[in-house]
Amino acid sequence: MKAAVIVFPGSNCDRDVAVALEAAMNHPPIMVWHRDTELPPVDLVVVPGGFSYGDYLRCGAMAAHSPIMREVKAKAESGTPVLGICNGFQILTETGLLPGALIRNAGLKFICKDVFLRVETSDSPFTRKYETGSVVRLPIAHAEGNYFADTATLDRLEGEGRVAFRYVTQGGGASLDANPNGAARNIAGIFNENRRVLGLMPHPERLAEDLLGGTDGKPMFEGLVEALS
Amino acid sequence: MKAKVHITLKSGVLDPQGKAVQHALSSLGFAGVDNVRQGKFIELELAETDPAKAKSAVEQMCKGLLANTVIENYRVDLEG
Repeated sequence: MKAAVIVFPGSNCDRDVAVALEAAMNHPPIMVWHRDTELPPVDLVVVPGGFSYGDYLRCGAMAAHSPIMREVKAKAESGTPVLGICNGFQILTETGLLPGALIRNAGLKFICKDVFLRVETSDSPFTRKYETGSVVRLPIAHAEGNYFADTATLDRLEGEGRVAFRYVTQGGGASLDANPNGAARNIAGIFNENRRVLGLMPHPERLAEDLLGGTDGKPMFEGLVEALS
Repeated sequence: MKAKVHITLKSGVLDPQGKAVQHALSSLGFAGVDNVRQGKFIELELAETDPAKAKSAVEQMCKGLLANTVIENYRVDLEG
């Protein structure tokens, strides 16, 4: 598998995700600068976390219009899998590759902590190494992670099985207490129509090896390598 | 020609900043303040002199970048 990681001014998880990808692929991904207009031939594009363009105007708004994102959008539309983590998720909603928006956390604060997530489906290249319904622990680090979409969009996402991850208690219950940021229906990550694009607020790359204190993020990268090699 | 763009959150979209401002106002003793909503105000200087063309151009800018129409409404006013 070949992967590209998009780097914007203000990205800060690009190297973390490159390390996680390299561990899974046995070779490093290609780092692609935001001003580039072409992607190398790859099987996966990762839009990493961070604060692209200093979160000016809205999180992800400026990055969504950068030259490379036109190319990412075209690749996604022709079926290349795209993974957007945290700021990457915000960018994917701003480009229109994923529905809805990420707004300010209900409690206003920047939240940096581990949360429990329920894997809603293993039927995707991103989640195939997880059991449907299993609970994993991943870190979140955001101030704008409160997923918003109108009721019709939320119903459609649920009906089409496009909710990928939900904030839950350790026992797996999607209660209000388990929702760190006010996200609609405890949604932490969603797929596009064909489940080839995933956006999620939690950071799988930050718990992808023992040295980091956990490996619950690792199956995502291993699953991608398995599916896309 | 100058364009003034007001961007506001759609009704139904949670505005925790507006809520915090409302709490602060009430703790300062301003009674009877309800439903505080915070938005953005953007001014643009345009070379275009035709008001209809200017308005249509700024509306395209709002749809393309300045506002996220999933969560925000916008209003364009022209001056000069």
